[in-house]
Amino acid sequence: MKASSPILWPEAPTVQTAPQSGLARSQHTSPGESAAGRKAVADRPVKARTPRRGHPDREPGLKRANFGRGAGLPTLLLLPQLLILAFFFFIPSLRALMQSVLLSDPFGSNVQLVWFDNFKALFANGEYRQSIVTTIWFTVAQNVITLAVAVVLAFATDRVVRGRSVYRTLILLPYAIAPAIAGILWAFLFNPVVGPLAHMLHALGISWDPNRNPNDALWLVIMAASWKHICYDYIFLAVGLLAVPASLMEAAAVDGAGPIRRFFLIALPMLGPTVFFLAVMNFIYGFFETFAIIDAVTHGGPAGATNILVYKVYVDGFVNLDLGSSAAQSVLLMTFALICTLLQFRYFDHKVNYGV
Amino acid sequence: MVERAPILDTICHAILIAGALLVCVPLYFAFVAGSLSIAEVQKVPLPWLPGDQFVANLQAAWVKADFSRTFLNSIVVAVGIAAGKIAVSLLSAFAITYFRFRYRMLAFWLIFMSLMLPIEVRIVPTFEAVANAALPLQWLADTLHVADLWKWISGHDVTIALEWNMVNTYPGLILPLIASATATFLFRQFFLTVPDELCEAARLDGASPLRFFWSILLPLSVSNIVALAIILFLFGWNQYLWPLLFTTDKDMATAVIALKNLIPRSDSEPAWNIAMSGALLTMLPPTLVILLLQRWFLKGLIDSSK
Repeated sequence: MKASSPILWPEAPTVQTAPQSGLARSQHTSPGESAAGRKAVADRPVKARTPRRGHPDREPGLKRANFGRGAGLPTLLLLPQLLILAFFFFIPSLRALMQSVLLSDPFGSNVQLVWFDNFKALFANGEYRQSIVTTIWFTVAQNVITLAVAVVLAFATDRVVRGRSVYRTLILLPYAIAPAIAGILWAFLFNPVVGPLAHMLHALGISWDPNRNPNDALWLVIMAASWKHICYDYIFLAVGLLAVPASLMEAAAVDGAGPIRRFFLIALPMLGPTVFFLAVMNFIYGFFETFAIIDAVTHGGPAGATNILVYKVYVDGFVNLDLGSSAAQSVLLMTFALICTLLQFRYFDHKVNYGV
Repeated sequence: MVERAPILDTICHAILIAGALLVCVPLYFAFVAGSLSIAEVQKVPLPWLPGDQFVANLQAAWVKADFSRTFLNSIVVAVGIAAGKIAVSLLSAFAITYFRFRYRMLAFWLIFMSLMLPIEVRIVPTFEAVANAALPLQWLADTLHVADLWKWISGHDVTIALEWNMVNTYPGLILPLIASATATFLFRQFFLTVPDELCEAARLDGASPLRFFWSILLPLSVSNIVALAIILFLFGWNQYLWPLLFTTDKDMATAVIALKNLIPRSDSEPAWNIAMSGALLTMLPPTLVILLLQRWFLKGLIDSSK
């Protein structure tokens, strides 16, 4: 074991009360680290509220050395971003909110306020409820497969020495591939007429036809979506494993814990926040980015078996021209995405606490 | 720590080889299919070894999907998204970390509300907004009765019909994808770790805020900028839904959209060999970026999710 291992622990052994912790920590870390540590503390809303000596009016997220109070220049600097957001984010979002409580015919000539009728109609609609169920199946299966494979691969990468960078590069490759292309590759592999893997399934006596059988189609898009996304989870877990303090693992090894036990009892719990973050990101990916896979492979079919929510928004808005319903669906999806964002902010807190 | 566990290590290698195969098998079959003639690709089962039509198929796909045009579009869109988002985000992150002004927190929250709302959820209203970006101004003019006002002042009868259609234009493809806060958040986090002493020293030497930004902050941010540019380039190149809605004009299609039109449908000739060589062509630029710039790519990937 290395003698210098306590230096890996700038965060853990602080027992001081909150207002002092920033100062106390800076005493036993290097100057560079202390600066970063102080920022992290000032960034946390709870800590930032307690007034600190010398800076009674310190605002969160503002540099101590700043350029004073003039509002002209910062307004100019913010203008491009705020304009783009206004035109392509806030106004569209507000319009979606407005349209979701309006009923209009496809030509937009007859508009009336119907309050929450669009939402009520959605939940009364069997097709929409089916779409919710499909989406849950799709995202949960995709999430579980992606995380499980990524955890196993990350564990193996952490063990091997020879060829590690080659493995890592190969496993990372799908990140470069557009979801639509991933869908096309898998659609070919499992094409019931020419696909080589579909041929193997047929040879095994399994009747496989994603163009007719709803279950087959759903599994096909789940496989394509997972294949494309494993690399993302994998790299975060692999990097996270590198950051697990070696001293902990060594101590456990001295106590007689084998590699697998150490992984599940020490490394994985320490990566808990990362796993949580990845699960939320997987849901975001499954809900929204997999649109391309669905559109390129199944078009939501057969019989609506792969008609996930985001695909339905598109079909209802651009094909069926049912703007009110489509807007109501958009609002529901936005709510879901906002919940995910809030969850992610909680993740930031946890990450600071664990110090991983 | 060195620990001898030869059996486990062998298993780990086996797992990793399986993982690498999982990635490579679809790509290998795409290559095999892309190297066969149209008659061979329809044979069941598909041959395990590549044929000799690879170059011919690449050429056919290049012409059929008009890649010389659509690749250019993809490059413009991907570079435009990367450059635009980074430029806009650097400025706004600088403003909210280095200036104390009245509505600073308001601006902060306005920007960060957009952090994780992907374009897919607001696709219909965004399309309307881009189809006529002047719509809000029109609405403003109607509400304020500008036309009546003008008539009252000048005596002329006017109707105000504003239209600014961005469908089938590069700005229409690029700007909506810039409208999110991820890059701003990244730069904000980075600026907060820049030592305060640098700013104090610059101010002592009489540097203006913009001079400090240009001569000190920007050079310090180079590695973050490069890493983020790579991630945004991949993001832009692989976009699907937004360009799909914008391909009313074939000349404005991106490579991924053009590729989609190569996939055989049930009523057409099953030219999977052309489709697969097209797929290989389309994934080539981002793959090269990842292979050649892997270190920067990893940094960008990890940073941009913090």
